[in-house]
Amino acid sequence: MSIFSTKKSWINLTIWVLLIALIIAAPSVLPVFRLNLLGRYLSLAIVALGVDLIWGFTGMLSLGQGIFFALGGYCAAMFLQLNSAGEFPNGIPEFFGLYGVEKLPFFWEPFKSSIFTLISIWLIPAIIAGLLGYLVFRNRIKGVYFSILTQAALLVFFNFFNGQQKLINGTNGLKTDVTQLFGQMVGSEIMQRWFFWISAVLVILAWFFARWIVRDRFGNILIGIRDDEARVRFTGYNPVIFKTIIFSIAGGLAGISGALYTVQSGIVSPQFMTVPFSIEMVVWVAVGGRGTLLGAILGAVLINYAKSLVSEALPASWMFIQGGLFILVVTALPEGVLGWIRKDGPKKLLFLLGINKKLETYPSLEVNEQGEVKS
Amino acid sequence: MQLILESLFNGVAIGSVLLVAALGLAIVFGLMGVINLAHGELMMLGAYSTYITQLIFKQVSFLKPFYDSYVIVAIGIAFLVSGTVGILLERTVIRRLYGSPLETLLATWGVSLILQQFVRSVPLAYASGLVIALFFGLFTPLFISDDLLHGAKGKLIRACTWGFSALLGVATGGVLSSLVSKLSRASARNVDVTAPSWMRGGIDFVGITFPKTRLLIILITLISVLVVIFFLDKTAWGMRIRAVTQNRPMSDCLGISTETVDIITFGIGSGLAGVAGVAVSLLGSVGPNVGGNYIVGCFMVVVLGGVGNLLGTILASFSIGIMTDLIGAGRLLTIWPDMPSPLYSTIDFFATTSMARVMIFALIVIFLQFKPTGMFPQKGRMVES
Repeated sequence: MSIFSTKKSWINLTIWVLLIALIIAAPSVLPVFRLNLLGRYLSLAIVALGVDLIWGFTGMLSLGQGIFFALGGYCAAMFLQLNSAGEFPNGIPEFFGLYGVEKLPFFWEPFKSSIFTLISIWLIPAIIAGLLGYLVFRNRIKGVYFSILTQAALLVFFNFFNGQQKLINGTNGLKTDVTQLFGQMVGSEIMQRWFFWISAVLVILAWFFARWIVRDRFGNILIGIRDDEARVRFTGYNPVIFKTIIFSIAGGLAGISGALYTVQSGIVSPQFMTVPFSIEMVVWVAVGGRGTLLGAILGAVLINYAKSLVSEALPASWMFIQGGLFILVVTALPEGVLGWIRKDGPKKLLFLLGINKKLETYPSLEVNEQGEVKS
Repeated sequence: MQLILESLFNGVAIGSVLLVAALGLAIVFGLMGVINLAHGELMMLGAYSTYITQLIFKQVSFLKPFYDSYVIVAIGIAFLVSGTVGILLERTVIRRLYGSPLETLLATWGVSLILQQFVRSVPLAYASGLVIALFFGLFTPLFISDDLLHGAKGKLIRACTWGFSALLGVATGGVLSSLVSKLSRASARNVDVTAPSWMRGGIDFVGITFPKTRLLIILITLISVLVVIFFLDKTAWGMRIRAVTQNRPMSDCLGISTETVDIITFGIGSGLAGVAGVAVSLLGSVGPNVGGNYIVGCFMVVVLGGVGNLLGTILASFSIGIMTDLIGAGRLLTIWPDMPSPLYSTIDFFATTSMARVMIFALIVIFLQFKPTGMFPQKGRMVES
């Protein structure tokens, strides 16, 4: 069967063409401010892919992805700060002076190396996610308990980062837009254009990566864990290993996403680890369609775009819209937009409105010239 | 000795706020398996109810002589307000999501966002009008005889009760906004509840001053816990609630209306959040985000205490409260000043409120390694335990 013969592939293809057209056209059409926003949303799509992997495919609702997102951001920001710290007293970033710190804290040292930073951006969040996940999954803590524990962990990390001025500038966060990279200001237009392209490419790579994970046996086990974990265990698989691996992969994706988001928004701060932000990530996936990787990307980009448009026009109403979206998507649209389209949602809607009378209730059979059903 | 007593008192005070807030959450979680992320916002509604009650007592002439007792009235009002909103939430959203706890989690988060923005952008007078309309709309049908509520006539009667409730709500909103000017405009600013004169100051006992507000909060908690225990253990509906908590399908088979049990439990759980809101309003200023500060602590209590056991909830909240005080205020250092220096510096590092949370979370995760289902797990033979 050719890959374009099913309806699902057609829908996917259409969305991909639109998405890639958007990515290619955007730099020449959009002003830099909007382009930068789009780049940020694309980087958020990567964390959404991770959320989709653990929630949509494995059925674990993590409300703490902000931890890994922020960790990735901090890794990138620490490197950038050190990279342009040469001109400051003691050769350490400026903010240390405010708190009377004269020696670089030990964990900053390795971030002088760019290679270490590029690896740590995804590896550190992945390791921490793996550790946290292992401790939780080992005891068969799941469902709502897991969600609450991840949320509590998020709050713990928030409190830790928020309180440690002398180590990582506490609540003020680390600025990146005035730092130097390749002799350019990170906040400059040319760098921002580059970051846009990097985000766009990485989203697509992340999509391929996630698809590669879920399409084979590994993915089947994940779906098995989602649908009936006890049965997976009785069949002889150890769910703990699979859950830990996928949670740590999602953490790594969140780290990459956070690093990209940080360089494009110009700052990383404990605000990335607030509770609402992490729950928002879940709703992007829910709206786009959980269990559909493309839906996660679509949801992240569209909702954030809608958010910035609505917040510019009517600042107070976004909370209402967002709250309504949460309720709507779980009560009326549990499959998300993409799942709804794939399950003939538009046809059913037209039928309900009385525009389209014919509704297929079963797939049409292929018949030959004599009217017999082909086998 | 004094130090230990003082530290114990503070811990119990912190723990009792947690307890009264977590009590409702734990009951609902035990019964329905639902974690209500809007619980904090129900607390917030309770806190705002206290504020509004206080203003009414201050402004309305015939209530002025009773100003000092507004706190007691506020407890009742907060219970009713949060309970009403909770029942509405159960009827409209949570009932639809029965059996999918994660979806419920997200939906209740949506509700909490809406409630937060609601108190920011709707004048409080009209917000209370709306709650009153909901209250009478939801509860008057219970007092009309069942025969009248059947058939076409019944629909008309129901419509009429809702219509009258709406009118009553609008009237209340209008009257409130004209009487109390502070309530007539929407404001996102935090408000303050001032304690009545008899609650200010403290009681001296063996050389320690116990603040009266904290004593009152402990008293409120004590009464709430006793009432809940009495309700669950001694009344018919309490017995039904316990039955459904233990085994829902079997209770359903035996003729217990699980739907009514859900409504009652959710109403009581939400009402307790309102009572917790009164306690919170006495401790600090009241704003749209006030619930968020307590909610994660409540979740920790539920996780630590285990499901469906009040003793677990009580022990968990007091141990979290005492630990918070011991670690956060650095009391261990004052109690035992000459401890070995590496330990000293570690404890000193965690001796702030926020770092204490970090420490307590770590301790809870370690605890869950040994007892994954909390202090008092529910006994059963399910695979999914």
